[in-house]
Amino acid sequence: MDDRYETSNDVTVTLPRVVERIPTVVVDDAHVIYRVHKGAGGGSTPVAALRRLVKRSSAPNIQEVHAVKGVSFTAYRGEAIGLIGSNGSGKSTLLRTIAGLLPVNRGAVYTQGQPSLLGVNAALLNDLSGERNVTLGCLAMGMQPDDVARMTPEIIEFSGINQRGDFASLPMRTYSSGMAARLRFSIAAAKKHDVLLIDEALATGDKGFRKRSEQRVRELREGAGTVFLVSHQLSSVRDTCERTIWLESGLIRMDGPTDEVIRAYEAFANGK
Amino acid sequence: MATTALVDPETGLTQAQLAARHGLRVAGERPSLTEYSRRLWAYRHFTAAYANAKLVASYSNAKLGQIWQVLTPLTNAAVYYLIFGVVLGQNNIPNFIAYLTTGLFIFNFTQSAVLAGTQSISGNLGLIRALHFPRACLPLAATLTQFQQLLASMIVLVGIVLVTGEPLTLAWLMLPPALLLQAAFNAGVVMVVARMGSKASDLKQVMPFILRTWMYGSGVLYSVKLFDRLPEWASTLIQFNPILVYIELARYALLEQAPLLNESLTQLWLVAAGWAILGGIAGYVYFWRGEQEYGRG
Repeated sequence: MDDRYETSNDVTVTLPRVVERIPTVVVDDAHVIYRVHKGAGGGSTPVAALRRLVKRSSAPNIQEVHAVKGVSFTAYRGEAIGLIGSNGSGKSTLLRTIAGLLPVNRGAVYTQGQPSLLGVNAALLNDLSGERNVTLGCLAMGMQPDDVARMTPEIIEFSGINQRGDFASLPMRTYSSGMAARLRFSIAAAKKHDVLLIDEALATGDKGFRKRSEQRVRELREGAGTVFLVSHQLSSVRDTCERTIWLESGLIRMDGPTDEVIRAYEAFANGK
Repeated sequence: MATTALVDPETGLTQAQLAARHGLRVAGERPSLTEYSRRLWAYRHFTAAYANAKLVASYSNAKLGQIWQVLTPLTNAAVYYLIFGVVLGQNNIPNFIAYLTTGLFIFNFTQSAVLAGTQSISGNLGLIRALHFPRACLPLAATLTQFQQLLASMIVLVGIVLVTGEPLTLAWLMLPPALLLQAAFNAGVVMVVARMGSKASDLKQVMPFILRTWMYGSGVLYSVKLFDRLPEWASTLIQFNPILVYIELARYALLEQAPLLNESLTQLWLVAAGWAILGGIAGYVYFWRGEQEYGRG
């Protein structure tokens, strides 16, 4: 440890100087509030709607969900950080906020470059064929048309949706949920990323696909500066991440080395 | 903790200072207008592919598939002709069926684009929350989808106009630029309603009423000469109604004897171009200013 410090000759101030680590993601007291519609309730007539528009009041069937309630941390280059916590603790929301896909209501999130979210949530058009969805998804990630045309067969091959006949040319509504998830992951994983955010991506698909996707994530990690992994499978967090953040109802419960945090989390989960 | 002159990066700096020191940017920050336009241009292939995909998807469950692109306007024209031409017997307009369908198809372009635009943010939240792209791609794609629909209905219209005995003249060349100006105006309006619809999902309920009022003020179903009975100021106001102007231009281009509200062709073109530029730019800037808000639901 001593070689990291250099002692000043000045007698009055003797300060340790730490070799500076480069931050890639800085989250400063972030609050995220979702607005959800509870579905059709009372007062949905056009007249009531017009009155609300004029008065600029919000509809009665909208509820606000305070998903992240003031989270602060700093992630550095070369780190792989696991995010754990029970369902609804705000993990996925936090990840989307880091990706810049959900705006913060208070606080700020600073990032280096453009973080990419690798998830299985990319909404595609269910009425279109798998192949067209691949094209559309790749274009939406900002790829050039020639690259898209070149990579489409690879992506379909990787997803394995053609193992039981020519599914790539069938509309996505005919797919099983596993197939659709595999295709979405394959599209998202086709691009290289600076800061990589992975949301439960490894949990989809059968054994063969999981093996291929773990391999792919390892490759992507090597190219990325910082990796975030959201997972309920503690083993995959233990395998990939040296640091873990434990979120509970929108707040950081613990932030530290993976082993310590997971041990505390397991004790908490078992004690419940 | 004592404050020291030499700050340790982990304790001395606030998060914001630390971020600023290493040149980190706010996640999802709204880019400048020029940068935004550059990105939007880079995503033009996505916009086109998305517009096309929406068009294909909208007929994918129908047995006749893409033929509905032409059948829908044709059926519309038939229904309106039955009511206004045969049942109510509008005889004071020469070639009423062509007059009616021209107005109907031109109006329908704006109407369906605006209706699609209201939903273009709120109906694509999954896509917005999962992927990065300039959000203006979505309202623009909605406009583009409807423009493709318009082209299909223009084929039907040209058929109707020719069958009803209108001659093919040089004035027909005015049709393409008029449609392009309307498309620019529509894109602006669509971006405005897309931003408004992203916040207030009630807009969807109110929109049909606004559009129906707009239709009656655009002289689609009856002779525009009826507007002359209105007080002076009201009829002047209607002369500047953008949709009426685009409909008049199309009627001027295709029909020989259609009654027109605006006598001056120069004024028609100036108003048409004015609305296209004003609507297009204002709508774009208005949409861009809300860029960070989209996706919150």
